[in-house]
Amino acid sequence: MAEPRPVLEMAGIVKEFPGVRALSDVDFRLFPGEIHALMGENGAGKSTLIKVLTGVYSLDGGTITLDGESVRFASPLQAQQAGISTVYQEVNLCPNLSVAENIFIGREPTRMGRIQWKRLRQEAARLVDRLGLDIDVTAPLSSYPLAVQQLVAIVRSLGIGDGDGDGEGAGGGPGTKVLILDEPTSSLDRDEVLQLFALMRRLKDEGVAILFVSHFLDQIYEVCDRMTVLRNGTLVSEHLVSDLDQVGLVQLMLGKAMGQLEELHEHQLHSTAGETLLKADGLGRTGSIAPFDLEIDKGEVIGLAGLLGSGRTELARLLFGADHPDSGTVTVDGKQVSLSAPNGAIGAGVAFCSENRKTEGLVPDLTVRENIILALQAARGWTRPVPAAQRDELVAKYIKALDIRPANPEARVGQLSGGNQQKVLLARWLITQPKLLILDEPTRGIDIGAKAEIQKLVVSLSEDGMSVLYIAAELEEVLRLSHTIGVLRDRRLVARITNGPEITTSKILETIASGEHQ
Amino acid sequence: MTTTTQSPQAAPDSRTPSRAARLLADRRLPVAATALLFLVMYGVGLSRYQFYGFAEPQVFLNLFIDNGYLLVAAVGVTFVILSGGIDLSVGSMIGFTTMFTAWLVERQGLPLALVIPLALAVGAFGGFLMGYVIHNFEIQPFIVTLAGLFLFRGLCLVISKESISISDSGVSSMAQAQVSLGMGFLSIGAVVSLVVLALAFYVLHYTRFGRRVYAIGGNEQSALLMGLPQGGTKIAVYTVSGFCSALAGLLFTLYIQSGDPLHATGMELDAIAAVVIGGTLLTGGSGYVLGTLFGVLVLGLIKSLIQFEGTLSSWWTKIATGVLLCAFILIQRFMTTRKKA
Repeated sequence: MAEPRPVLEMAGIVKEFPGVRALSDVDFRLFPGEIHALMGENGAGKSTLIKVLTGVYSLDGGTITLDGESVRFASPLQAQQAGISTVYQEVNLCPNLSVAENIFIGREPTRMGRIQWKRLRQEAARLVDRLGLDIDVTAPLSSYPLAVQQLVAIVRSLGIGDGDGDGEGAGGGPGTKVLILDEPTSSLDRDEVLQLFALMRRLKDEGVAILFVSHFLDQIYEVCDRMTVLRNGTLVSEHLVSDLDQVGLVQLMLGKAMGQLEELHEHQLHSTAGETLLKADGLGRTGSIAPFDLEIDKGEVIGLAGLLGSGRTELARLLFGADHPDSGTVTVDGKQVSLSAPNGAIGAGVAFCSENRKTEGLVPDLTVRENIILALQAARGWTRPVPAAQRDELVAKYIKALDIRPANPEARVGQLSGGNQQKVLLARWLITQPKLLILDEPTRGIDIGAKAEIQKLVVSLSEDGMSVLYIAAELEEVLRLSHTIGVLRDRRLVARITNGPEITTSKILETIASGEHQ
Repeated sequence: MTTTTQSPQAAPDSRTPSRAARLLADRRLPVAATALLFLVMYGVGLSRYQFYGFAEPQVFLNLFIDNGYLLVAAVGVTFVILSGGIDLSVGSMIGFTTMFTAWLVERQGLPLALVIPLALAVGAFGGFLMGYVIHNFEIQPFIVTLAGLFLFRGLCLVISKESISISDSGVSSMAQAQVSLGMGFLSIGAVVSLVVLALAFYVLHYTRFGRRVYAIGGNEQSALLMGLPQGGTKIAVYTVSGFCSALAGLLFTLYIQSGDPLHATGMELDAIAAVVIGGTLLTGGSGYVLGTLFGVLVLGLIKSLIQFEGTLSSWWTKIATGVLLCAFILIQRFMTTRKKA
């Protein structure tokens, strides 16, 4: 890599949200013709840094220098016009418009104010071809799968500065100098990823500086030249990718040595008392999951394994009464539970952490304290408010116990990182001291460190006698934590495997594939 | 990224949607449905009342003459609904414009050439103010335009509690002017409304502003991140609606030749109904102004049919509108859920 002066330099960047200091004194630089990885756990400040750079958030301190000139963008449009294009993690396009329009909207070729549709479609087809995509640019974006939409978003961002793709009416941008790709690969399959990488390399050769964010370390090592590591909103260090191995990188991201992470792998499953807590008899719901029997002992961790859509979540929802079962009964501690609404299950000591923590769990506009106290208040009924002193004490206790960061009960939940949001949701249910905790994908979308903490918590809860029903996409996770593994296939509970040293992930995979346990 | 575990049997990613799927997903389908409905209703009218003069071309042209003001108002509402908003102030704005115009012409003796631009400017400014409040204070359009509804209706009464009839010769000659089309004629109001429709079509489909309206209605957050000036577009949309309401008010004044504080009460709902029947999604981002024309024509035709029937109370207009509205919303719902699946 030649090192002329950086095309982009950010120095002393500060960004604050109410109650949270998201970035403090972060420096960052980007050279032309390089692919630069921005690394860090969830909540380290990667997304915030990008949004500050592109003008989505205003800057609270520090300077941004682009091509030697000091800049400050008030909107994404200004950043685009200056040559900084962004593709966000979620597809930020308009599904109701055609592919061609999505690529060009805001800078359509016009003559005397009239959009030249024919030219627009031709240009769009040309840009799409350049990426090697075979799609009809006149079809609405919503008719294509997410992965294609993501690639269209990239085409759009490239077209922005492209002199050819621009058109005389667009005011002629300076060309894309900086391309920001914020987790563009999370919804792409391997071939699409390779396609993207090929394109990234071509752009790099053309002198574009690419800022790449990805959770997949292998991808970083495959395509990046240099990386900057962030932790808790501060700069850790900048390295050439060739100078730092993956273990070193993870340690930098987490700020702790690998040993701590690995200790969990060797943990021994404690034995359960063998006392039955919950018993489901012939519980089922048409179109959701076939009738099944399940017994959960006190202090037992039951893991559910199966493919996406095999009925894992549906099983949990039935146990909780979130869906109304067609058949069967559930008894907790020998008493039958009414399953017409979750109230019955909650009353019997069952807690359910949904996989959609954003839409079904947390209230993003309420504070951490309010979110945590919600379930306890619901259990008491609205006529008996939780006394303020008891409430504050409980909240403080769980923030500490779960290491929720920032440790500020007044912070708005919507501004916490994914891992910390998950912990808030956990705290909400733990505070009601449930007998059975149902965790549906508690570790999805959160980083390694938070993942390990949540898993440790599950282990210690079950050691204290709480039963846990644990659903996770990663088999290793299920295998590591569970006493019993329930295998689901095609909306049927096909096997219950007692965990032991001879059980491996490949054995479980076999069961999932064949539907039989040998 | 969102994944759900609900649909294991969902088809694997297909790159090229099938022809049937594309037809169902085609956004022009609802417009075609409304146009077809209009034709069927017209056919029913022809077969039932052909000996009572229903077949006269003038009966068809009267639809434009009698509903020109509604068409103009509905075009304004189409902009708002396409952008994902709503405008409840339309009826009040029309009523206010009739009062304002009548008062200026009759009581103040101002010339029409001055009154017309003034009334349009007041309407546009009213719309601008509502758009400004909606965007800058991030308040629901429903509430802001509801406030506008009360405000302008109240202002009518500030001008006068009594209705003001217009005896100005310029107004009556304009009202009676006929634009001959050979087999019949159109009023000036009808011609103006068709010009507005054509302009709206051009703006929505051939200008950047028009496409931004669709983009914002499709996904406002995305529009912002795509660098579109979403605030300005929103304000402009309500300004357009205010302007159209004022113009509709002028046409209504011309049609009825008086100002009355209770004119056009509830007409915002007729306009919204016409837009929805015309196939525009209430959630925004999908629909055509041409559909709004058919929506207005369908509503107008219901009125005509009931007049021709002679024995039916005019309340049947409302009942028929209600039934149609319900049916069209259900069709929309069906189409959008099919698209998601």
